[in-house]
Amino acid sequence: MDAMTLLTLLICAGILFGAISAVSMGNVVSAVIAAGLTSLFAAVTYVILSAPDVAMTEASIGSGLSTAIFLYAINRTRRQEREKND
Amino acid sequence: MTELPLSTITLSTGFGLMLIGMWGMLVRKNIIRMIVGFSLIDTGIHMIMVSLGYIRGGTAPIIDGSVDRATALTRVVDPIPSALVLTAIVIGLGITAVMLAYAVQIHTHKETLSIEDCSDSKW
Amino acid sequence: MAKRLLIILTLFLLALMFWDVVASYSEKQQLAPVAAHYVGQGPDELGAPNLVTAVVVAYRGLDTLGEVTVLFLAALAVGLLLGTGASERNTGPANPASEIVETAVEYLFPIALLFGVYIFINGHLSPGGGFQGGAVIASASLLLFLALPGVRLRHALLSAIESLSGFSYVLVGLLGLVLAGGFLDNRALPLGDYGALFSAGTIPIIYTLIGLKVGAELSVVVERFRGNA
Repeated sequence: MDAMTLLTLLICAGILFGAISAVSMGNVVSAVIAAGLTSLFAAVTYVILSAPDVAMTEASIGSGLSTAIFLYAINRTRRQEREKND
Repeated sequence: MTELPLSTITLSTGFGLMLIGMWGMLVRKNIIRMIVGFSLIDTGIHMIMVSLGYIRGGTAPIIDGSVDRATALTRVVDPIPSALVLTAIVIGLGITAVMLAYAVQIHTHKETLSIEDCSDSKW
Repeated sequence: MAKRLLIILTLFLLALMFWDVVASYSEKQQLAPVAAHYVGQGPDELGAPNLVTAVVVAYRGLDTLGEVTVLFLAALAVGLLLGTGASERNTGPANPASEIVETAVEYLFPIALLFGVYIFINGHLSPGGGFQGGAVIASASLLLFLALPGVRLRHALLSAIESLSGFSYVLVGLLGLVLAGGFLDNRALPLGDYGALFSAGTIPIIYTLIGLKVGAELSVVVERFRGNA
């Protein structure tokens, strides 16, 4: 087993760990961050699989913009809840 | 099993990601968490497609000084899955954005994010 | 509980199916025929070193036009759902960022924009292209929203950029129909020197238009989600 295989195994373990955290974490914000981490690790596997274009897209869209949109949506739903309680 | 090809590892991870995402979508009641599950399924499908395009020992499909044009046929990975996944990721963001917009809208009208309170649109 | 068991059963059956696929998979040693044609003939036919760009913009150009349309519809739907009503309420001024962050963003924002433009102009030579460049531009706007909560995008300008680039995309495609072999054919312009910035026919033009369009659309989508914070 060479170094590349070991690295790939480690990153894939990171992906599965991130995904399991994303569905099982109690806090929604933590879950969204874990999903973003999963995307970031997936971008690294695309580099290993020699697809740099896909890696760039995944890193900028999958883990960047998508996480930001999730966090804004959570913020909006929370803010209205707080107003309702006031 | 003497050797473990790289694309087999990523292929099985992609399938695992799909299963985890589907679990999250089916079990969770919070709409935003269901959308998180959907985006995990999305990432899993992308990983599967990129893995299927991998050629053993292949390099990126960019034919310039470092890859000779004559030997390119045996040295580069398949560009078609890369191109499809590229567009699929962008569409995935669009779909996620629309779903989240609906979630925000549901929250504005019903003041809840639980899917169980949305039974009025069930038939 | 019965529901939970049903879900587990479904996922187990799916896993069995997936396992079958993984077990019968073996890593490919050579390219499929279509891909072999693209790799073998692509550089001579289209003059673009980055074959992924060649597939996205030229060989499967019509798909990309459809994809840009889907993204436009998504942005439209988000605008329709979040644009009015819900965000009208003023929730008071949000906490401003610190002086350091504000100043840094003022310097970083143009550089980030420039980097996005660099990515999509060099899309036919190096990894990257319109979609990645557009995403970088949208990330630059995101940086702006995070540092300066009161900032507003100029929607008139952005929608002008967005519709003009979408319109020009179709026009460039029609140019290919008139001057070359078909709709979205990149040989409407001369192919030029292989590997130069101005080469590969209309591929850099189309990718620049896609980059501007995607950048404007995603920036507006992010701003819609931010609301009037």
